[in-house]
Amino acid sequence: MIKTLRLRALATVLGVALGLGAVGVVHAAGEAEPPIAVDWSFSGPFGRFDRAQLQRGFQVYKESCAACHGMELVAFRNLADPGGPGFTEEQVKVIAADYTIEDGPDDLGDMFERPGEPKDRFPSPFPNENAAAAANGGAVPPDFSVIAKARAGGTDYIYSLMVGYEDEPPAGVDVGDKYYNHYFPGHAIAMAPPLFDEGVEYTDGTPMTVDNYAKDVSAFLMWAAEPKMEERKRIGFQVIIYLILLSALLYFTKRKIWSAIDH
Amino acid sequence: MSPIPSEKYVPQSAFMKWMEARLPIWGFLYPTAIAYPTPRNLNYFWTFGGILSFCLVVQIITGIVLAMHYTANVDMAFNSVEHIMRNVNYGWLIRYVHSNGASMFFLAVYIHMFRGLYYGSYKAPREVLWILGVIIFLLMMATAFMGYVLPWGQMSFWGATVIINLVGALPLVGDWITTWLLGGFAVGNPTLNRFFSLHYLLPFMIAGVVILHIWALHVPGNNNPTGVSVKTKQDTLPFHPYITMKDAFALVLFMILFAAFVFYAPNILGHTDNYIKANPLVTPAHIVPEWYLLPFYAILRAVPSKLGGVLLMFGSIGVLFILPWLDTSKVRSGAYRPLFKQFFWIFVVVCLGLGYLGAQPAEGGYVIAARILTTMYFLFFLAVLPLLGLFEKTKPLPNSITESVLGKNGGGGMAGAAASGATAAPESKA
Ligand code: HEC
Ligand code: HEM
Repeated sequence: MIKTLRLRALATVLGVALGLGAVGVVHAAGEAEPPIAVDWSFSGPFGRFDRAQLQRGFQVYKESCAACHGMELVAFRNLADPGGPGFTEEQVKVIAADYTIEDGPDDLGDMFERPGEPKDRFPSPFPNENAAAAANGGAVPPDFSVIAKARAGGTDYIYSLMVGYEDEPPAGVDVGDKYYNHYFPGHAIAMAPPLFDEGVEYTDGTPMTVDNYAKDVSAFLMWAAEPKMEERKRIGFQVIIYLILLSALLYFTKRKIWSAIDH
Repeated sequence: MSPIPSEKYVPQSAFMKWMEARLPIWGFLYPTAIAYPTPRNLNYFWTFGGILSFCLVVQIITGIVLAMHYTANVDMAFNSVEHIMRNVNYGWLIRYVHSNGASMFFLAVYIHMFRGLYYGSYKAPREVLWILGVIIFLLMMATAFMGYVLPWGQMSFWGATVIINLVGALPLVGDWITTWLLGGFAVGNPTLNRFFSLHYLLPFMIAGVVILHIWALHVPGNNNPTGVSVKTKQDTLPFHPYITMKDAFALVLFMILFAAFVFYAPNILGHTDNYIKANPLVTPAHIVPEWYLLPFYAILRAVPSKLGGVLLMFGSIGVLFILPWLDTSKVRSGAYRPLFKQFFWIFVVVCLGLGYLGAQPAEGGYVIAARILTTMYFLFFLAVLPLLGLFEKTKPLPNSITESVLGKNGGGGMAGAAASGATAAPESKA
């Protein structure tokens, strides 16, 4: 299945190489259902993140996920980096100060706690994996730094997972004390549904539905996993245009040189 | 069948005369890289050697930069790669060029090898050239396998575990090699450290073998699509500017494909599980190697015995070493061998099929298919090639490269006469 996914994606790349620029939607299967294909603002060769969506996604992460999922590779200052959610330096300081960071040792050799600063990374909610597992019925909530690249289907999968819960498992299926989800491999997931309508207070008028929360947090996680995506696509465009022009020049040079030769 | 000797370099300026009397580097390079006579009828499949050299240089340069920021320690390797992606200036670019560069390298080497197979480039007098190529291929596989372990993701760890366990199946030396590779009882920190060290070393060994490979090329000269040896100077063109320009054009096309992967789909060829930190306690649902090793992985799992699988896998590459003596046909080029041509394409499909099966779980119909294709793989070398040479009725060969070229173009424009305007055309100077 992963193979079909890769082949399809490969075809996509060849399409880009030919200048067609179409980006197919990636599916993954397994025992779980293939994830729902979402039309992301960041897909395709010219795709960009939607700043407002990333800011909302960050809010969802902070209020609904951060209690269980860390993001140890992302620093608060990254929230103001170009190509990201576009918070201002001031906003980042405020966001960081909301978190408590353990620092030290101080001059007396003691660890101490202080408010977060932009240079700090997002703190992990549990001191270690055992503590995380103990608090979550034996399952460890994965760190979010690269989660959008660490699952087949990427953001489509995360979105689908968020909207794929079922109150009751289908007849004949027993999930024990876990929850039934259409898209999770094996269907029984230890994470309780984390999102509810009206659960996060949006201030920009976006309807406060699970569907929107799911999309926004997925987009945010894509940025967290691939913070240089916009720069990458921009440079890529320049590189490919340059190479195409160069190849044209070389083609005509080569043809000129060979024109007098039978070959 | 002595090849056409390269034109010698005669220094003109006073400085070059002075220099050549002390270090005759241009006297070495001129006949090797400028005047070197190449058959005039080479097609675009002959541009992949240059492309491969480019790939090696790209891997070495990006690799050295990565190594400046990478930490070979089981607790830090994964995060150090992410540090490269996030905090090092253009680190994402360097890493994506290196990781996709490995795939591009293999894409190019496979085209290069199938080219050699089709046009009989392994036959006398190019046996040593071919064998050196197979050695490069083996070194590339070892390098890529160890490189894939370095980011210390789930596939890194479990891929290494599976492959090293299999080596343990070898009689007598198995245990010894396993311990030597692991540096302990399981894949762990010592393994990662030695893999990093070897991953840094092997590309330079590849570079060394590449030099021998090119040396061995320049003695008999290039093969060509007709397989007919170069007979007169008229059959050839100087490497520069004819081949250099053609190679440059092909290389830039290849770079466009390369860039499409690096900038628009940098993770498509990798496995998502490798973005999960290695965890010795959690086995991934399917352990698969990188795409370029899949055909060999399929052969490895085709037989129920561990040892049998390992032997078959090494055998599938080992057979390439004796290929020059397995093919009994006097005719080099597949273009003049109607039956060989058909078997060749079947063989290509068999290899692609094995690649597909390498990505599937080793169960049910997949295993049966893998057995059939593995058998076909070996039959091609061990039965088809030896027998075809004895029974095949080949098409008549052209008398010379020049004749084949003129024939194709309806004899128009007399090779020698038409080219006499081009200053560098050898026949005009002959
Ligand atoms: C109460 C703790 C908790 C909260 C809050 C929480 N999760 Fe989880 N999450 C878990 C646990 C536990 C797992 C591991 C599930 C398993 O392996 O069965 C998990 C797993 C996941 C996975 C990985 C699934 C996989 O394929 O392995 C994703 C993605 C995820 N959570 C997203 C979210 C998002 C997005 C939010 C916020 C909207 C969120 N989680 C909030 C506990 C939580
Ligand atoms: C024959 C040439 C080479 C091949 C085929 C090759 C292949 C690979 C592969 C497949 C990876 C894993 C990529 C990933 O998933 O991140 C890798 C990683 C790495 N390679 Fe190489 N490599 C080559 C040369 C080199 C050289 C010459 C160096 C250093 C001098 C080097 C240094 C590294 C480092 C530090 C990593 C780990 C960083 C990373 O994973 O991105 N490589 N290599």
